[in-house]
Amino acid sequence: MTRLWLGMSERQRALVGIVFVLLVFAPLVADRYLISVLTLILYFAYVGQAWNLMMGYAGQLSLGHALYVGLGAYVAALLWVDFGVGPWLGVFVAVLVAASFGAFIGWLGFRFGVEGVYFALLTIAFAEFTRIAFDHLGFAGGSGGLFIPYQEQRLGEWWNLRGGQILFYYVALLLAVSAVLLVARLTRSRLGYYWVAVREDEAAARALGINAFRAKMTAVIISSGMTAVGGVFYAFYYNNLFPAQIFDISRSIEIILAPIVGGLGTVFGPVVGAFILTPLGESLITLTEKLGINVPGVKAVFYGAILMLIIFLRPSGVWPWLARILGVWERRP
Amino acid sequence: MTALLSVETVSKRFRGLLAVDRVSFDVAAGEIFAVIGPNGAGKTTLFNMIAGVLAPDDGAITFCGERIEGLPPDAVCRRGIGRTFQIVRPFPGLSVEDNVLIGALLHRTDVNAARRHAHDVMHRLDLFDKRGQVASALTLPDRKRLEVARALATEPKLLLLDEVMAGLRPTETDRMVAILADINRESGLTILLIEHVMRAVMALARRVLVLHHGAAIAQGSPEAIVRDPAVVHSYLGAEALS
Repeated sequence: MTRLWLGMSERQRALVGIVFVLLVFAPLVADRYLISVLTLILYFAYVGQAWNLMMGYAGQLSLGHALYVGLGAYVAALLWVDFGVGPWLGVFVAVLVAASFGAFIGWLGFRFGVEGVYFALLTIAFAEFTRIAFDHLGFAGGSGGLFIPYQEQRLGEWWNLRGGQILFYYVALLLAVSAVLLVARLTRSRLGYYWVAVREDEAAARALGINAFRAKMTAVIISSGMTAVGGVFYAFYYNNLFPAQIFDISRSIEIILAPIVGGLGTVFGPVVGAFILTPLGESLITLTEKLGINVPGVKAVFYGAILMLIIFLRPSGVWPWLARILGVWERRP
Repeated sequence: MTALLSVETVSKRFRGLLAVDRVSFDVAAGEIFAVIGPNGAGKTTLFNMIAGVLAPDDGAITFCGERIEGLPPDAVCRRGIGRTFQIVRPFPGLSVEDNVLIGALLHRTDVNAARRHAHDVMHRLDLFDKRGQVASALTLPDRKRLEVARALATEPKLLLLDEVMAGLRPTETDRMVAILADINRESGLTILLIEHVMRAVMALARRVLVLHHGAAIAQGSPEAIVRDPAVVHSYLGAEALS
């Protein structure tokens, strides 16, 4: 971590420092609504970062990351509801389960040469299978959903993720910061360079002695495991899980928008993307309500149009462009 | 003479076409060996079998006393065989430095140590001043040298060069020849090149193998090869004699 910090320029340190301090002290000034929006932003920055590691760095397109969110959420919630195992312990099981799924999908795809969009289809298929399976899993509540009961006496058990809004805000902040640090560290490592080599040209990477299969497998496993942690957070934040919601493909798309808008394969892209998209969605709700045009679908139309505009204007993401303006851009693989 | 690479009666068939027909040759440690032949003679197929891209249908390839035929390309590279691609394949979105660095990481886990090694290699290939450029923005001669640099950064015992002179102007060819000759002389690196440009073959190779329709039709010193009637007839053409 010190090495990462020392490797940054003055300007970069200043920027990172200011944003971090603002986020740490935000609950002192922000109201409940603003904190809930910030929590959502940090959550999307976190899961976006996990997806970015797999797509942005290792070049493997997953359109089924909702699978890992859902698995993480269900595993931790079931352990808590049925066995009283707290999420701080359940998260390890959740990561293990999701990473195993990730490993299996990765193995199927990479071992049998299912690449690019076909690999993406495979990831969608698994998310859909699992959604249908959970719809019929009685012990997990089936399509009727799984609920984490509200227990007055447990409030304040922060280690069990039982608490108020502020608790979840700081957990989300911790997750997002850890994800940034992890990705920054990994992408400066040998493994990170190997991922990028495989992304750029797999045959050339193999000619340089890189075991492309292993590189891609580690990317999927780390990414799916990380995403599952986001799922655990989701479960205890919302306290209710429905297969039709959590495993839905629209959730997978939601996860990948922030890194795409922010800048694929950049450390801060997913964070910047989340800071653009989540407030955009929220303000569109307010705006359409104020203007009295809050018909179903109107928000989505505006959201889509703005999204297209951003992608059209900044096809390689907002962050590389913004970083150049702020004078903090550096070429990274 | 101890053979570093030994190719024994290797064959490869693509459906009805016998692309490589029982070809045998040895490459000694420290020498520069060339494989020449007209288009479609099976040079690239032979190359790809050594590099692990294709598995031979028959025959054996031994490197440093170990059988390597049928191993995947990354395993072949880890055993000490570096290669270039005929149609260059740099990592397009990465800088020249990162391209070479990735090669250097094969035997180094520490990125900084690998970067220092990459700097040495870039100096040798006259690429150091261009280290910050994106590989996709390089000119063809630079890309060809980058291709060699990246392979060299893996510190191979044997360097396989697939038509690394193709598309270069004579002055660029001479530059590449000089660089390769220097590296071979200074570090004793063994080089196997597949080449069309006779100017480079004559200047570099100590021994030459000529392929025609998949079969080896001649082997010997470059001077002997250009006088061999079978080679002249099938490949070089009569004007080579004049």
